[in-house]
Amino acid sequence: MLKVENLSFSVTEEGRTRKIIDDVSFSVSQGEMLVITGPNGSGKSTLVKLLMGIEKAEGGSIRLEDSELTTYDIDERAKAGMGYAFQQPPRFKGMTVKKLLSIAAGGKLSENNCCDLLSGVGLCAREYLNRQVDDTPSGGEMKRIEIATVLAKPHKICMFDEPEAGIDLWSFSMLVKQFEKIHREKKESIIVISHQEKLINMADRIMLLKDGRIEAIGSREEIAPALFAGGGFFGCSKTD
Amino acid sequence: MEIDKLTQQVLDKIDDTGFTQEGAYNLRYNGYALCHGDTEHIKIKKREDGNQGINVYISGEAKGETVHIPVVIAASGMTDLVYNDFYVEEGAEVTIIAGCGIHNSGCNDSRHDGIHTFHVGKNASVLYAEKHYGEGEGEGGRILNPETRIFLEENAVFTLDTAQIKGVDSTVRKTYVEAMEGAKLFVTERLMTHDAQTAVSDMDVVLNGTGSSAQIVSRSVAQGSSVQTFHPKAVGNAGCHAHIQCDSIIMEHAKVSSIPEINANHIDAAIIHEAAIGRINSDQVVKLRSMGLSEEEAESVIIEAFLN
Repeated sequence: MLKVENLSFSVTEEGRTRKIIDDVSFSVSQGEMLVITGPNGSGKSTLVKLLMGIEKAEGGSIRLEDSELTTYDIDERAKAGMGYAFQQPPRFKGMTVKKLLSIAAGGKLSENNCCDLLSGVGLCAREYLNRQVDDTPSGGEMKRIEIATVLAKPHKICMFDEPEAGIDLWSFSMLVKQFEKIHREKKESIIVISHQEKLINMADRIMLLKDGRIEAIGSREEIAPALFAGGGFFGCSKTD
Repeated sequence: MEIDKLTQQVLDKIDDTGFTQEGAYNLRYNGYALCHGDTEHIKIKKREDGNQGINVYISGEAKGETVHIPVVIAASGMTDLVYNDFYVEEGAEVTIIAGCGIHNSGCNDSRHDGIHTFHVGKNASVLYAEKHYGEGEGEGGRILNPETRIFLEENAVFTLDTAQIKGVDSTVRKTYVEAMEGAKLFVTERLMTHDAQTAVSDMDVVLNGTGSSAQIVSRSVAQGSSVQTFHPKAVGNAGCHAHIQCDSIIMEHAKVSSIPEINANHIDAAIIHEAAIGRINSDQVVKLRSMGLSEEEAESVIIEAFLN
């Protein structure tokens, strides 16, 4: 379904070039949930941004089913079926939650559909529809609205960059339920960047990224035990 | 009274609620009153002091009524200077929908200077909305210079919602407000300029009464090589609160100046001013593009929401 081959990306700072993503290849099959984990600075967010076209890869290829996405722009990748939830969602002055969700859904969205989406991420829907996504919602509220924007439309593959960051435990459990639902239906593939044991333990496969390279990739049974051995390492933490 | 298609099109742009010849209304067209209507509590009278314009008398019995007073100019080369005075009695609750649209297909400038003065009685509540709009394929300028003077008595509440949506080549907007004890002012100003347009907005708010307050939000988008200048000024002469917030999006080769002035003449006057000018946030564009919008579509959604 998604096939990534030899993806590379580097940045030049003060005259020195540094590889951020170094020759990364992997694939995700239909309905599969892949969790990408690894230490801070290992390139996880950059990898997902390269997949979405937010950063431009300097080498390698990205295919989604029959489409060669490598030369596609962000909106063309979105139309090809990719969805992406920001780690730090941008705020918009004057934009209502309802308007943002309608754009995300690709057209007009009924009030009931909006409410369902918001309830699904643990927000009391009616209170939020006409609120603005300016600087008034808290960080946690913004994250939940962000996730609702991705769930507003069916995608072939949805990518979430640290969905757990900045949200409270109760919202986190709502979120886990949402991922379980998508995962159970097996219609959409999911890539989640996460350090959370609960999300990691939902994965079909886990990728451990370190210094821009895949340190390990395999089934949850193969990878998870080593991640949490000795109280957790590589930045992964137990939730219970 | 039948309204022609072109005039109706312009009316649709400046009156969101839909202009109908019902209730209290006065449609000014090319410098004269085309049609007008009164209600039991709202009377509209032609001025008798030699100036063009109307006096609008709103009784304290008026509760939840709306007055529509749009202006349409479709003649090229016309200058229209109008004085409209509003007398709002104690306890009235009223919405006033004004606005001016110019359709100029000729090569001479068309100009409307509307001077509106509001005398708002104790405990009265007024929502005043005005939209300014220009269109037409002619080379003649479309010039709108609104002047709004508001006098608020004790505990009156005035909401001013003013917007210049498109097509106005030159505007100088002057707003002057005086507030007595407990009076509240809410202002939302939205302004869009493009091409080589110029806009100047001067706003003076004088808070004379204890417990009076003003909340002013100004949002603007400057495109092309347009130039905008904002000069909001708040004066606190008593224990009062004022908050002025000016936000501008600057695009292409436009220029925006924001020159705040706050004056406190009393120990309990609390006055805040915030101003920001910046280009469209690139993360916002990326977010909308990740939902399938093109860069141009994303920018127009951001601008539309910002000026919402």
